[in-house]
Amino acid sequence: MNDVRRLKILVADDTDTDRLILESIVRKEGHQVVSACNGLEAIQVYSAEKPDIVLLDALMPELDGFGAARKIKELAGDELVPIIFLTSLSDTESLVQCLDAGGDDFLSKPYNRIILQAKIKSFNRMREMHSTMLTQRNQIVQYNNRLLQEQTVAKHVFDNVAHSGCLNASNVRYFLSSLAVFNGDVLVAAMRPNGSMMVLLGDFTGHGLPAAIGAMPLASTFYGMVPKGFSMTDILREINGKLKNILPVGIFCCATMMDINFRKKRLKIWNGGLPDCFIYHHQEGNITPVKSTHLPLGVLSNRAFKDNCEYFELQKEDRIFVWSDGIHEARNADGDMFGEGRLKEVFSRNSNPELLFADIIEAVQQFVGSGEKDDDLSLLEIRMDEPARVNSFAKEASDKFGNSEIEWAMRFEVKPTSFKVFDPLPMLLNVLMEVPSLRAFSSTLYTILAELYTNALEHGVLKLDSELKKTPDGFSDYYELREQRINQVTEGFVRINISHKTNENGGLLKVRIEDSGEGFDHQQRSTDNLSSFGYSGRGIALVEKLCGTVTYLGCGNIVEVAFSWASDD
Amino acid sequence: MEHLDYDTLNTLKQLMEDDFALLIDTFVQDSTDRISTLRQVIQGTDADLIRRAAHSFKGSSSNIGALQLSALCSALEKKALEKRLEALDVDLDSIEKEFAQVQVLLRSLS
Repeated sequence: MNDVRRLKILVADDTDTDRLILESIVRKEGHQVVSACNGLEAIQVYSAEKPDIVLLDALMPELDGFGAARKIKELAGDELVPIIFLTSLSDTESLVQCLDAGGDDFLSKPYNRIILQAKIKSFNRMREMHSTMLTQRNQIVQYNNRLLQEQTVAKHVFDNVAHSGCLNASNVRYFLSSLAVFNGDVLVAAMRPNGSMMVLLGDFTGHGLPAAIGAMPLASTFYGMVPKGFSMTDILREINGKLKNILPVGIFCCATMMDINFRKKRLKIWNGGLPDCFIYHHQEGNITPVKSTHLPLGVLSNRAFKDNCEYFELQKEDRIFVWSDGIHEARNADGDMFGEGRLKEVFSRNSNPELLFADIIEAVQQFVGSGEKDDDLSLLEIRMDEPARVNSFAKEASDKFGNSEIEWAMRFEVKPTSFKVFDPLPMLLNVLMEVPSLRAFSSTLYTILAELYTNALEHGVLKLDSELKKTPDGFSDYYELREQRINQVTEGFVRINISHKTNENGGLLKVRIEDSGEGFDHQQRSTDNLSSFGYSGRGIALVEKLCGTVTYLGCGNIVEVAFSWASDD
Repeated sequence: MEHLDYDTLNTLKQLMEDDFALLIDTFVQDSTDRISTLRQVIQGTDADLIRRAAHSFKGSSSNIGALQLSALCSALEKKALEKRLEALDVDLDSIEKEFAQVQVLLRSLS
């Protein structure tokens, strides 16, 4: 039974008789034979023929078997070429000499065909395994090189995208080790138009390029939206949505985001998945932890995303400490983790808050010891201070705040040919949504605009009577009539005036809608229709509840509402 | 001890088939050369040379199944190894005689 494929076997023996016998045996086994009569010839034939297995006589003239074996092993390099010594040497010393020279086995004289067959089979198996291993090893080297390349790209992208923004402010200290960055930590910070500072510390799952990929949309969204005045919750939501859409399942970003208002000494903070942040109170010398109360970014759909934040009133010199899990999970030589306990100890041991930042880093580095090449540390400290002492931008914004009224107004008229085919509401709402602060009130504003516009169009221009809607039959009559009249209308208008003015606390949005109708006797209007049971009539009452005021002007064909909003910054 | 191991020879015959005669001729020629080499080296004092020559001849004769011949070579090899270089020509004479015998027997087979 011979299930070895046809091999090429080198037979090197200086005794003609022995060589002849061996050649015949090998041939009879179905293999190809190449021969040599001495050590030098063996090396030559090996180089030329590259046989799979070598049978080498130990004692030969010119160069003996040992020398030939060494040379052949050298020539083979990485590959495994089994060398079987042919010898009737039986003393241990000689046999050891054979092995030392690179021999893998012996075959004693007289040659036994069965034994040789078994050895060939066994060595062939070994050869094939070895060959597989080499192929796989080469593949691994290739993949490894590719990985290194990717990491270089990742680092490059990271360095360019996740730049530090306004982290050079005088009351900010941060430390991001390169291993932390490699492990997916990202820190972005920028100043808002009102002089507040917005900061986000993120920790992406994964390492290297997969982690860096998430940093790109995060940073570009952040740096795009902050200078435009968007609120922290808007930005969080936007980032969450982008990450959820782009990143595969299982890749997400634990993050802490903060809005620090130096003028009002107020902190707004959202923690999704990072360890507790600490607020260090200067006066009392104690710590308030801010726990993670949310899932990380990129996990939930925007519908399920929770953007509720925690608010803290701070005093000057209070410090906020934010970190990723690198500190808590730093391990020493015994495998123990640094943990929150030791971190709290650093705070309680400390006598000079100014040194807390350095103390923390030193404590971790000492704990880990000198074994680690690099630590996985991300640490951020922000100290509450006067806007003027933060940076020039904060100072300017704060100085400007007294005169910071921004005002605009727009007018839009819907003409007869548009009534049937054009609904101005989505467009108007879109314009309003471009005002960052109004975004939070989108459904409220839509309700108001929709109610006022509908009234203006239906009662004013189309002259439909809302009395009709008091009965179920009347309802369908009403809408039939509406359909009829809107198809036939040739004159009339609805004019929409919107103006917006910001002030110290927020802003005032005024909407005024004028229709070409005859108005109505607004003095007689009952003021509390919200609780009435009719099929209609709650609209205006609702608008009244939502807005500060609802005023009718002219003959009742002009309605004006004022919607005032307060910023929660 | 027999001069020839016929089991070995039969296996060889099966193995070599038509080349069996060639094998015998090769052995005879080979051995003749070895014996004359031995004649020369035992005149000298290089024990290692003698040992190796005896060793090789031992090997080839064992392959062909010449048991006694192989044993005689082995004895010579041992003497050379132990550096007992006296009366080596007597040992070689025995080897030559045995070889002559083996040669006759082999010829009769092929």
